Amino acid sequence: MEQVLAFTSSLIEITTVLSIMGISISIIMLLYRAIAGPTNPDRAVALDTIGINLMALAGVIAILLVTTKFNDVILLIGILLFIGTVALAKFLEKGVIIERDVD
Amino acid sequence: MARTNDIILRTTTTLIAFILFGFSIYLFLAGHNAPGGGFIGGLMTSAAIVLMYMAYGFRAMQKVLPVSFRYFVPAGLLIAVGTGIGSFVFDQPFLSHTYGYFHLPVLGKTELATALLFDLGVYITVIGVTMTIILTIADDIDEE
Repeated sequence: MEQVLAFTSSLIEITTVLSIMGISISIIMLLYRAIAGPTNPDRAVALDTIGINLMALAGVIAILLVTTKFNDVILLIGILLFIGTVALAKFLEKGVIIERDVD
Repeated sequence: MARTNDIILRTTTTLIAFILFGFSIYLFLAGHNAPGGGFIGGLMTSAAIVLMYMAYGFRAMQKVLPVSFRYFVPAGLLIAVGTGIGSFVFDQPFLSHTYGYFHLPVLGKTELATALLFDLGVYITVIGVTMTIILTIADDIDEE
């Protein structure tokens, strides 16, 4: 039983470290797209996806540190990401984020 | 320019704004024993209001929320200072806080602290400051 537990915990550790490496590579590649993207919508989508990867990174690190205190942070990143992306999209499409009068 | 149709954004906003308000109230109440508190709760509430402003525009939101957010700042500061001054009534130093255990109908035995009232002041002040900044920047046409 002890052996199984030790094996499982080491398996979790190896898996989380591998996931962190994968997410980091993904963020670096997205960073290239955010810097070198030919148009501004490319950069907006790259930043949005970087945020999603950041959510994943926070979740994996919460597993690695054995804590549940990060769950709020993950939800918070998602919410702020959504609002930021909506604001960027409205700026790119209409040139104004909060319109004075629609309809 | 043809009028654009924001139906996806607006339908999503009606759903997500409720989740944001609920999450902000959760963060506000969780601040005593877990991450959260008045500051981040107020920021979440103002994020929800900003999202509604982005989806529906200035004029529609003034009909929905006919309040001036700059009155939130003195109201929140008054609540925060009031909890500090309230400790003088009980012959205690300024900003002394206390707590007690109460039996609430649904929640059972609950610890209620007067620090929550101070946090409420922070919450309202943060909403007022954030919304005042954002709406003042967004409002670029002269109102004569």
